[in-house]
Amino acid sequence: MKLFPKRLIATATSAVLALALASCAGDPGTDATTDAPTDPATTAASGDHYTIAITQYLAHPSLDMITQGIKDILAEKGLVEGTNLTVIYDDAQGEPANTTTIAGKYAADSSIQLAVGIATPSAQALATAIIDRPILFAGVTDPVIAGIVPSWNANPDSNVTGTSDLNPEGKPFGLIEEVIGHSATKIGYPYTLAEANSKVQLDALRAEAGTGVEIVEAGLTSPSELGTAIQTLKGVDAIYVGTDNTVGTGLEQVISFCNDNKIPLIAGDAASVERGAIATRGIDYYGLGKRTGEMVYDILVNGKKPGDIPPLQVPDTEIAYNPAAAAAQGVTPPQAFLDKVAITY
Amino acid sequence: MVSAIEQGLIFAVLALGVFLTYRILDLPDLTVDGSFTTGGGTAAILLVNGVDPILATLAGFAAGALAGLITGILHTVLHIDGLLASILTMIGLYSINLHIMGGPMVSVNLRNGKPVDTLFSGFRLAGDLFSWKMILILAVTALAIKLILDWFLATNFGLAVQATGDNATMALADGISTRLTKNVTLMASNGLAGLSGALYCQFNGAADSQMGVGMILVGLASVIVGNAILGTRWMFLATLGVIVGSVLYRLVIFWAMDLHLASAGDMKLISAILVIIALVISKNAWLRKVFQQLSPWRTKADIPEPLLDPSLGAVPADDADAVESDTPQAVVALHEATGKAN
Repeated sequence: MKLFPKRLIATATSAVLALALASCAGDPGTDATTDAPTDPATTAASGDHYTIAITQYLAHPSLDMITQGIKDILAEKGLVEGTNLTVIYDDAQGEPANTTTIAGKYAADSSIQLAVGIATPSAQALATAIIDRPILFAGVTDPVIAGIVPSWNANPDSNVTGTSDLNPEGKPFGLIEEVIGHSATKIGYPYTLAEANSKVQLDALRAEAGTGVEIVEAGLTSPSELGTAIQTLKGVDAIYVGTDNTVGTGLEQVISFCNDNKIPLIAGDAASVERGAIATRGIDYYGLGKRTGEMVYDILVNGKKPGDIPPLQVPDTEIAYNPAAAAAQGVTPPQAFLDKVAITY
Repeated sequence: MVSAIEQGLIFAVLALGVFLTYRILDLPDLTVDGSFTTGGGTAAILLVNGVDPILATLAGFAAGALAGLITGILHTVLHIDGLLASILTMIGLYSINLHIMGGPMVSVNLRNGKPVDTLFSGFRLAGDLFSWKMILILAVTALAIKLILDWFLATNFGLAVQATGDNATMALADGISTRLTKNVTLMASNGLAGLSGALYCQFNGAADSQMGVGMILVGLASVIVGNAILGTRWMFLATLGVIVGSVLYRLVIFWAMDLHLASAGDMKLISAILVIIALVISKNAWLRKVFQQLSPWRTKADIPEPLLDPSLGAVPADDADAVESDTPQAVVALHEATGKAN
C-alpha cells in the first residue's frame, strides 16, 4: 500500500466532507420528531397521553416480571398501553455497548417523558446519558456503588430514583436452616464473577452466616461454565442461588444437579422457586415492578420529582415454597417453616 | 443517532488497532476483547482515585499495550500460534481485569455519592454529552490517531511492520527483526484498544468487566466494512475507511434497534450478516465493480500496484495517478497480467 495519494489534499477534504455528510443525517432535533409515534393522540401532546421508555439489560424471567409489573400497575391506575400510554421498549441483549446506544437514543427522543432502566448496566447508561428528564432504575442491587444515585436518601439534585432488589431482610442463611431444620456448616454459592449484584449478595451471605460457616464459592465467567462450576459443590449442606442473571438463565442445570445429589436449593427470588428451587424469602420481582410503576405514576401524573423520592429497598418479604422441589431434593421441611409460607408453587 | 456516531468514533480507535493487526500484520488478534476492558478498567480505577482524566486515559493505553505485549511474547518468544496466543491472553485478562477493578464494575459517574472528574463529565453536566461539539471532538481525536498511524506506517520501522505482515519469512531474510515488529504492533494495537476502552468507560459512566465482550467483532466489522467502501489502495484511505466503517457499523446497529427491524435476539445475527456482506463485496469482482462506479475514490482499485522497475514495461510508481485516470484497456490488462505474475 502506498502511503499518500498525490491528490492528498483533495481527497482529505472530500473525506472530511463525506464524514460530515454522513453525520448530518443525525440531527438530534429532527430525530426526535421522526421517532415520535404517528398516533394522532400522541402528537397532540396533551397532558393525558404519556410516553415512557423501558430498557432491560437482557431478557430474563425476573427482569421480564419487573417490566410486566410496571405495565400492570400503570394499567390499574388508568394508564393503559396503546390508549393513553406509549411504552418504548428496548432489550440490550446483555451487551454493555448496546445499553449506551439505547440510552443515547432515549436522550435524543424528546417525546420520552421518563425512562426506566432495568438491571445495573442499563440503569447506569441511562443515568449517564439523561440528566434533564426523570430516570427510574429497577432491579439494581446497589445503586450507590453503581454510581446511579449519590445516596440511599432522597437526592434533591438528582433526576434518578428507583427500586433496589437488595433485600436486607432476605437473610438467606437463616432461611436455609429453617428449611433443612438443622444448622448448616457448608453452603454452596454459584455466581457470575462479573456481576456486581452477586458480589454484594455473597458479602451479605458471608456476614449473615458468620465465621463458623464455610461458603463454597463457584464463580463462573460465562454461562457455559455453569455445569462444571456446580460440580465443585458436591457435599455442601445446601446451595444458595442469589439474583444472579447468568446463573438464573441456566438455573435448570443447578436444579437437576441438586435433584441428583439431594442437595437443597434455596433461591433469591420467587421465579426460581417456581422453576424448581425449594424456597425463597423475599424479592418478588413482579411486586418490585409494581412499586417501580407506582413511582412512574407519581412522577408522570402527580408531578412528583425523582429527587423527592428516596431509592426504595424492597421492604416486605414473603416466603415462597415449592413442595415438589423439596421432595425431589430429599428435604422434609419442619412444620415451623411451613407455617410461614405465603406462596406455594 | 448522535450517540451512535459518538460511540462509533470511540470504537473507531479500537478498530484502528484491529486494522494494525488484522490488515497490516495479518494476524487476527483476539486480545482486544480483553485489552479493551483492561484499558477501561485501569482508567476507571485511576479516575475514581482522583487521577487527572488525561493521565488516566493514557494509562488505559499503556495497560492495553502491556496486554498486547503478553500476546506478543507468547507468540514470538514461546512460539504459540498467534491466534491461539491472543485467545489465551484474552481469557487470562478476564481475571486480571476483575483484579484491576476490584470487582465486576467501577462507576465513574459517582463515587461515594460525589461526582467523579472525567474527560466527559463537564460535557455531561452541561447536557452536551450528545452534541455536535462532542462529535467534533471525538472525530478530531480519531482522525489524529489515524494520522499518527499513517505516519507510523510510513516510517522505516512501519514499512518493516508492513513487510512482516506481507511475508514474514522474506522480511526476516531482509534483516527485519520480525519479533520486534510483531511485538511493537501488537502493543500499539492493544494500546489503542485500551485507549478506546478508557474513552468508552468515561462516555458510558462505568467500566464493566463484560464491556469488552464481542469488541473484536466490532473492530473487524469496522475494518472490513470501511475497507470495502473506501478501498485499501492508499494507507490514507484505508485508515480513514476504518473510522467511517466503525461509525457506519454503529449506525446500522442503531437503526436496527431503533426501528425494531429485528427482534432483540437477532442483533448478533445482523452483525454477522453485515460483516459477511462486506467481505463478499470486497472479494466479489462484479460487486466490486459496482462499488467502484459509485465510489469517487475506488476507481479501478483492483489494478495491482504499479511495479517500480520501468524496464518491466510498467508505469513508475509516481505515475500511478495517471494509470488510474486514463490508461487504455490494454495497459490495464498488462498491469493485471504482471500483477498475476507476481
